[in-house]
Amino acid sequence: MGLLSDPNRRRALTNLLTRLNTPLCIVCYLAGVAWFMGLAFEPFTLRTYMSENAMGSTMVEERFLAGERALVTAREFAAQKKKMGGMPVDWLVKAMQARGLEVFTQSFSRTLPFPDENKERYMVHGTNVYGILRAPRAPRTEALVLSAPCTPGSSNNQAVGLLLGLAQYFRGQMYWAKDIIFLVNEHDLIGMQAWLEGYHHTNTTGMSWTPLEGRGGSIQAALSLELSSDIITSLDLVLEGLNGQLPNLDLANLFYAFCQKIGVLCTIQGKLQRNDWDSAAGYSQAVQTMLLMVLKQASGRPWGDHGLFLRYHIEAASIRGINSFRQYKTDLTTVGKLLEGMFRKLNNLLERLHQSYFFYLLPSLSRFVSIGYYMPAFGLLAAILLLRALDLWVQLGSPAPGTEDGLVDGEQPFGPGVLSVLTPLIISHLTGVALYTLPIMAQQTAVEHFPVSETEAVVLTAIAIYTAGLALPHNTHRVLSGEGTEEGWRVLKLIAIFYMAVLLGCTALINFSLGFILALTLVPVAAFITPHVPRVLSALVMVLLSPGSTLLFSIFVYQELQEAPITLLEGWNLFLSVISQGILDHNLYGSLVYPLISLLVYPCWLLLWNILFWK
Amino acid sequence: MTAGRCTAALLAAVLVCGLTCASTAAAEEAITEEYESISNANEHVQAQDDYARSQKRREITEHDDDQNEPPPSSSSSSSSSSSSSSSPPSKDYFKEELVIRPLSSGDIYASFQFQTRWDTDFFAPGKKVSHYRLFPKSLGQLMSKFSVREMHVSFTQGYWRTMQWGQPFLPAPPGAELWVWFQDSVADVDGAWKELTNVLSGIFCASLNFIDSTNTVEPTASFKPLGVGNVTHQRFLRYAVLPREIVCTENLTPWKKLLPCGSKAGLAVLMKSEKLFHSSFLSLAVHIRPVCQDWGCKGTAWELRQTVNVVFDLHTTGQGKREWSFFKMFSRTLTEACPLATSSKVYIDVTDNPQGELFELNPAAPSLTQAVVLGDRRTYAVYDLMASGTFGLLRSLNVLLRWKTPGNFSTQVDMLRPLLHGERYVAGYGLQTGEIHTLIYNNHPYRAFPVLLLDIVPWYLRLYIHTLTVTSKSRENKPSYIHYQPSKDRLRPHLLEMLIQLPPNSVTEVTVQFERALLKWTEYTPDPNHGFYVGSSVISALVPSVVAMDTIFPESSYFVRVYTEPLLVNLPTPDFSMPYNVICLTCTVVAVGYGSLYNLLTRTFQVEEPSPGVVKRLANMIRYLRGVPLL
Repeated sequence: MGLLSDPNRRRALTNLLTRLNTPLCIVCYLAGVAWFMGLAFEPFTLRTYMSENAMGSTMVEERFLAGERALVTAREFAAQKKKMGGMPVDWLVKAMQARGLEVFTQSFSRTLPFPDENKERYMVHGTNVYGILRAPRAPRTEALVLSAPCTPGSSNNQAVGLLLGLAQYFRGQMYWAKDIIFLVNEHDLIGMQAWLEGYHHTNTTGMSWTPLEGRGGSIQAALSLELSSDIITSLDLVLEGLNGQLPNLDLANLFYAFCQKIGVLCTIQGKLQRNDWDSAAGYSQAVQTMLLMVLKQASGRPWGDHGLFLRYHIEAASIRGINSFRQYKTDLTTVGKLLEGMFRKLNNLLERLHQSYFFYLLPSLSRFVSIGYYMPAFGLLAAILLLRALDLWVQLGSPAPGTEDGLVDGEQPFGPGVLSVLTPLIISHLTGVALYTLPIMAQQTAVEHFPVSETEAVVLTAIAIYTAGLALPHNTHRVLSGEGTEEGWRVLKLIAIFYMAVLLGCTALINFSLGFILALTLVPVAAFITPHVPRVLSALVMVLLSPGSTLLFSIFVYQELQEAPITLLEGWNLFLSVISQGILDHNLYGSLVYPLISLLVYPCWLLLWNILFWK
Repeated sequence: MTAGRCTAALLAAVLVCGLTCASTAAAEEAITEEYESISNANEHVQAQDDYARSQKRREITEHDDDQNEPPPSSSSSSSSSSSSSSSPPSKDYFKEELVIRPLSSGDIYASFQFQTRWDTDFFAPGKKVSHYRLFPKSLGQLMSKFSVREMHVSFTQGYWRTMQWGQPFLPAPPGAELWVWFQDSVADVDGAWKELTNVLSGIFCASLNFIDSTNTVEPTASFKPLGVGNVTHQRFLRYAVLPREIVCTENLTPWKKLLPCGSKAGLAVLMKSEKLFHSSFLSLAVHIRPVCQDWGCKGTAWELRQTVNVVFDLHTTGQGKREWSFFKMFSRTLTEACPLATSSKVYIDVTDNPQGELFELNPAAPSLTQAVVLGDRRTYAVYDLMASGTFGLLRSLNVLLRWKTPGNFSTQVDMLRPLLHGERYVAGYGLQTGEIHTLIYNNHPYRAFPVLLLDIVPWYLRLYIHTLTVTSKSRENKPSYIHYQPSKDRLRPHLLEMLIQLPPNSVTEVTVQFERALLKWTEYTPDPNHGFYVGSSVISALVPSVVAMDTIFPESSYFVRVYTEPLLVNLPTPDFSMPYNVICLTCTVVAVGYGSLYNLLTRTFQVEEPSPGVVKRLANMIRYLRGVPLL
């Protein structure tokens, strides 16, 4: 390492880095984006393979034949549901008991912090019904879960019917080595959250529930089933869970393997796989699939009932039946066979699923991008921050080498006092805290004074605080320390850049997609912002690249990828509802995206905003 | 009633003593006394409940014995055991019985019991027992070599579902359980225990050799001797459970070989492995204990009980039909009793069918008998295999139970409410901490009773004993006796014993938090991601009986032992598939990071003189040669 200890060569290196800093940054950014887009290109990705030996090749024959009977049960369930105007708890208990299960119920209630206008609920009371099929050979140490949500309206009755059909069939088999829990949860995710909290006797979100009376030991894997039609054309696999967690890739492999074996069309993100990877259309399909996964993962919300299992280290996925009026039809018997096969394989597991990847992106069901392949894309973006920081460091150090220490101890009579750096830091974080706490706290006041509903009050308060933050901090340091100095903004920017590097780095490790999307918009701002750029134009660019606008763009991109483009007004409405959903997800399920954005990312961005208006 | 009152009084005494004199020794003394009383009662009750299933039946069997057995010879037991083989020793007998109970869940519970009794003394001074007739020699030698006073070993597959099946005749935890009382003459109990487990492991083809100090405990109160004797100090007791043990035919075969008739004749022909293991619950057990030779208890006899408890799931095997027969359950019928047996009987529980309106037995039972089993009055149909008429013309007995109403049994699977039952689970998420919850249900409508809870937790779950809470009806319930032995890493497990008073009709919740230890990398099992087992908790109690008392039973309580389910706990596990990557990474980090830092820290920096030009060097060389100072 003579490179760093030799002053001459060090100087040469720093000169090179400072001279070529801007081109290097641009190259890094473009390379990062190009790398990311390249991930979807088939020759660059790996084919999925089953890592878990216990679920490897099999001679099992699926024998479930009661699809028609399941449909009859589904109709009966639908009739009962209509009669009760909600979940027919007694009927379900009887139906499960008749199938030889140990049946238990759990009631729960939860008052939302503010009304959820999407699902029209505020005070939620419900009951979960679950039946346990006891494994003959196991002492209640391990369990598998099959769940089907009981949703209002006519949807998802078939899933409950199939669940009961499978319960009856599974009860007649001797080979189960793990207890199988058949769960029908009310109020989708809230019910699931209550059940999981009850099962593990934790209370992370302040929900009230009655304790569970029957358990099956530690849950090894879970599948959630959503079917809304008697006949479906394809099955969609949903993996993205809370906070962007994903189940082990082997679960996806298992699903894919059985779809191949039974001959069911299977999709991921609703996109069918194409075989022509070398054509533009094939590549674009893969990119779209991967982008959808990235956007969903970045949102940090559970995209199905399975999403909440992942917190408890239970591998889980949702299987969604889709009727898209394709030629190819699949009946419930086939879906039942698929689930039977999957459960028998999971039943064979000797250990928890751990052999395959937990961090991956899927451009299609048969191809995956592992963490080793996608991390460089983020690394290239993060390198820009480090290059910029180095540049600033050198600039700060060059006039008087001794002042480098001024950063750490503010005692020295060095241009920017600690105060002028600390003040924006504190103010922007206080704004963040206000953004995090005030919307829910102030909803009552807002409703009293303005003609809005509670939900609108929360969302609009959030947006108001967000916008007010733009006006606040940059006016303050002038009062405190007079004119802002050249060193002052450099020090502040150095801190902001380091802050951002650490923040994005940590985020990307936990939730790559969120980290990458934030880096994509925040890094250019962080790299090129100075007080000397044209102010109005830069302010406009900065606002466009702020976290809030990123969310807005993401919504449009998502809708575009879903092939459901929306107008600007619809987009705005969706934006408002997404914000309210984000706040609700945090309060109901403990999603961390909203606090991350409001408490850390937004203050960090405000620091950069501060630099733009330094003087 | 008296026993209960006595217990309550003692409890109060224990409580007061524990509070005032704060001497655990005294408390232990008291508890030992109390539990001696409990275990004596237990012994008595079990003797009546389990062996002969009723006082009446016992009398009947005694009566039978008198009839069948030749009158006792005048010679004492010592002389008989040392007597030559020419005259068969008459001091041992063998009894076999099978009890079948249709459970309310629609399952069938079959309980085999083979009892061998031998009036001999293994430990009589200066005399070696070498002649064996009915008693298995392998076990007899084991008893005398290791000075075993009492031995109980069970191998169980599946979990007894108390909520659906009620109480079993003989409870057993999932996996293997072994508890042994040694004679007080044994000096090195640990050594004897170690050897004994290894020998038993060989006898039963089981993994009992995995019993070592990390899973052995000496419970102070929960396991008292069931036989006669006066040693009750836990120093001579060893108890261990292997919850992971898987029971298979390789355990059944050696078990059957211990029987006098093997599986050639008698009830044991029914035990075909492919049927026994095709069941919801299977428990093999061997119990050896000293008992009184007669009512006066002048000498001790050795009693060996071999039991098989099995629950057949008719739902899966019977294609939804509720009727069953020997042939359907065991794929065999009975053709003869074991010729060596003095008694061979089949009991079928017909309590739910007093007038025969629900189902009928075919062939019809020759006689009925009543018994109070586990605090409940039951009626049994009895088939005596020694009687010649039992087998009929076909020379085979195939008892068939046919329901009169072609009922679908899935309609009546309501949960039972057994008076006492327990369950256990791990709460929390993540791999750092957790909480063990043990729920104990007292479903008696108005009687409170005390239970002894025994928890054995492996050392790698570090219990935070200060977080131990016991709550009943959302109020703190202070245990009147707590014995806690902390674990030592890699040496011994946690042992927690508590005497808790259960209020009537309540759920008592015992919670304790723990931290998951990080094991050394060689200590992980080959399948570390499966998780690590924590054995069942043991709840022992004298449960108030619900049966109206008759004069034969002065006690109103009966002894029940309930095992909770074992736990499967995940420990933080390294990724074992990546040692190569880890080595590469750490080496790189050390080489690059540490090396360069070390270099920077230890190097001395100095400003380098600009090197002199060629002319100057030349001039200096000349000056040097000339001897004048250099430039």
